[in-house]
Amino acid sequence: MSYPIKRLLVFPLVMLGVSVFVFISIRLVPGDAITAMLGTESGLLTPTQRDALRAYFGLDQNWFIQFWRWFAGVLQGDFGISTTYGKPVMTIIWQHFPLTLELAILSMLIALSIGIPAGIYAATHKDRPSDLIVRIVAMFGQSTPSFVVGLLLIYLLSVGFGVLPEMGTFVPITEDPLANLAQMILPAITLGTAFAAAVIRMSRSTMLDILQEDYVRTARSKGMSRRRVIWRHALPNALIPVITLSGVEFGYLLGGAVLVEQIFALPGLGRTVLDAILQRDYALVQGSVLFIAFNFMVVNLLVDLAYAALDPRIRFETK
Amino acid sequence: MSKMITKSLGTVGLAVILSTTALSGVSMAENLKVAWSQDATGLDPHKQTAFSSIRFLELMYEPLVRLDKDAEIVPALAGSWQFNDEATVLTMKLDEGAKFHDGSAVTPADVKASFERILDEEVGSAARANFTAITSIDTPDDMTVVFNLDGPNVPFLTALASVNAAIVQASAIEAGTIGTEVVGSGPFKYESWTPNSSATLVANEDWHGGEVAIDGLDISVLPDETSILAALRSKQVDFALINDPFVATLIPQASGLKLAKAPVLSYHVLQLNPSRGPLTEQKVRQAISCAVDRQDVLDTALLGEGAVTGPLTMAAYATPQDQLFCYQQDLEKARQLMAEAGFADGFDMNIMAATGEPPTAASEAQVLQSQLSEIGINLTIEMKELNVYVDHWLKADFDMAVALNGGKPDPYTMYNRYWTKDGNLQKVANYIDDDLDSLMAQGREEADPAKRKEIFQSFEKHLAEVSPWVWLYTGYSYAGTQDYVDGFEPTPTGSLFGLANVSVNK
Repeated sequence: MSYPIKRLLVFPLVMLGVSVFVFISIRLVPGDAITAMLGTESGLLTPTQRDALRAYFGLDQNWFIQFWRWFAGVLQGDFGISTTYGKPVMTIIWQHFPLTLELAILSMLIALSIGIPAGIYAATHKDRPSDLIVRIVAMFGQSTPSFVVGLLLIYLLSVGFGVLPEMGTFVPITEDPLANLAQMILPAITLGTAFAAAVIRMSRSTMLDILQEDYVRTARSKGMSRRRVIWRHALPNALIPVITLSGVEFGYLLGGAVLVEQIFALPGLGRTVLDAILQRDYALVQGSVLFIAFNFMVVNLLVDLAYAALDPRIRFETK
Repeated sequence: MSKMITKSLGTVGLAVILSTTALSGVSMAENLKVAWSQDATGLDPHKQTAFSSIRFLELMYEPLVRLDKDAEIVPALAGSWQFNDEATVLTMKLDEGAKFHDGSAVTPADVKASFERILDEEVGSAARANFTAITSIDTPDDMTVVFNLDGPNVPFLTALASVNAAIVQASAIEAGTIGTEVVGSGPFKYESWTPNSSATLVANEDWHGGEVAIDGLDISVLPDETSILAALRSKQVDFALINDPFVATLIPQASGLKLAKAPVLSYHVLQLNPSRGPLTEQKVRQAISCAVDRQDVLDTALLGEGAVTGPLTMAAYATPQDQLFCYQQDLEKARQLMAEAGFADGFDMNIMAATGEPPTAASEAQVLQSQLSEIGINLTIEMKELNVYVDHWLKADFDMAVALNGGKPDPYTMYNRYWTKDGNLQKVANYIDDDLDSLMAQGREEADPAKRKEIFQSFEKHLAEVSPWVWLYTGYSYAGTQDYVDGFEPTPTGSLFGLANVSVNK
């Protein structure tokens, strides 16, 4: 059996595990949809009123029945109804996912297009002042929390220039690409620069290791130009760990970037899950976490397959 | 050189993209652009009690009466009203021009159906507790509604002044569309709502309350209040509701912005649990009350944005603070009380607070922790997510709690739930006192304003003295607006109903 198929077979097992875990953990947290809606006023409810509301929110059955009802629905593609939105969970996820995907792709582009060249530059100029500067910048980038960068960007633009992209009402890329880009560029820079720092450090250190390798020295001694050795031979190998790192990061980003979405008021998946947890919208929490877990597994599988493409020595053979 | 040019072009490009959309945002909108950080949790006015839901729903739904900026009761759907001498029958005349958003008139039948819905236990309306005194509702003619009550009940009128007692269409109740479709009678009509994201309302041209000067409202949910401040600075938002005093105090410093603020009825309080350990001793609770420097907590945790308060936060009933027990910090007396109670060496306790609710909760807990350490009480702070906090609060599962509790313009409606023997939240307050119970009963029945004031002042003095809780201070409600937004009047309930009178004068 081929490797990708074997990996795919594990998917349902992981999904079942995630389902059970999320289902139980969200219910173990004190408070429910009633306290989320009414706060301390829920203490004013009579027992009959409380029962009526519990039935309304589907909390009147025991956990096994609740789980079975929900899971049987999931098997048929029905993830339930969100109590906050009054709509099917999948409809809401599909409304918020495109933004999250776009933000993940944009920030990845920014991170890689800054991180890889800067990392290679630093490696090839080891211990020179320019290397030091790149390393200091990378260290700052990695140790500054993204919300600080985001808030600083917002502050600078609003106070310094009096311009700020429209916040609150999100414009999808399909409606108005320019307005969409204006809304997405700051959050993408915020996320992208933080990850660029990690990419710089990773690509610099791998590149340094590779430049010490015998085959690089051989290539150079045979008269191949330094530039060609770096781009043709060293770079593809140096990229492998960067790809692993990026794959994991991309998987995380597909789960939504909560802090950045909060600061820039982007209705992405991260904020949706956060709000769903705060409002004890169980169906929405379960559905979105399952969706995020699925994406994470797909991305990881793709990363593993990408190794093979980059390094012919890596083959996923079944023995 | 070429690199520099590319870089500058990039920067210019970014600025152009941002500025074109920012400008286009201003020119296309005629609606007032409103921002707040917490969104409504639902559309059913009888069920939604969260403050964030109430301020959204009261733009569209109306109760029979409402509160003005001085917390006085003024007409809403009812144009006039009259209690009988015993305060057992309340007769209300509806405003003749009152219409629902679909054009149909608001009738006594709608009023009756609305209250029957609130009282129906299957509906699950938390406001029901305020209206169980209703024995029957008569509708003698097309304009009159008569509430028959189970006994003298002066505070009943104040209880009506809430969107949780909104009048909805009898036909909508029958069709089961309350909560999914919004047909109110208020100054704004529902157009769209995406939870936790945005909402659009349009002005109701036929509103019986007068002309609405703006075309409508475009509401955005910006979860982070520093982002709201940035959006105000860049003129992306015309009007914003602010909760965090740290953000609010920055608004007047920004050019082109102004801040509307009003003292509110809700109060910050240190709730003691009189059923836990040393707190069962009245002297220990009194010692805590004496050890707390209320003004210092206010200055440190809330930047002094508020005023120290006794239990009654409404100006009409409040007792002068020099008549309340230990309203000036007195550590000497506090230590003496602790010694008398047998706790001269102090004790350890937990204090719980909700994360971000209010935004100053953690700072308040820290200041109280430091003040109470002076008399040997060592507090461990437990920060909890709001829902977890509420869960513990309702079960009275805490030693002490930092709380921000809602206030009402009438002392009975405000405290009946905690300090009467059959109060719905008596179990949370965990303190039974015959004097408090009988004073509340007297206040409910007394119709003479001067006598009522006397009764409630005795109530307040006694409550401060037995110290089941330590009342701290009231804060402000804040609205940040552009200079060109005129006419907004903030209210003691934090209501945004004043948006109906707002005009934009660019």
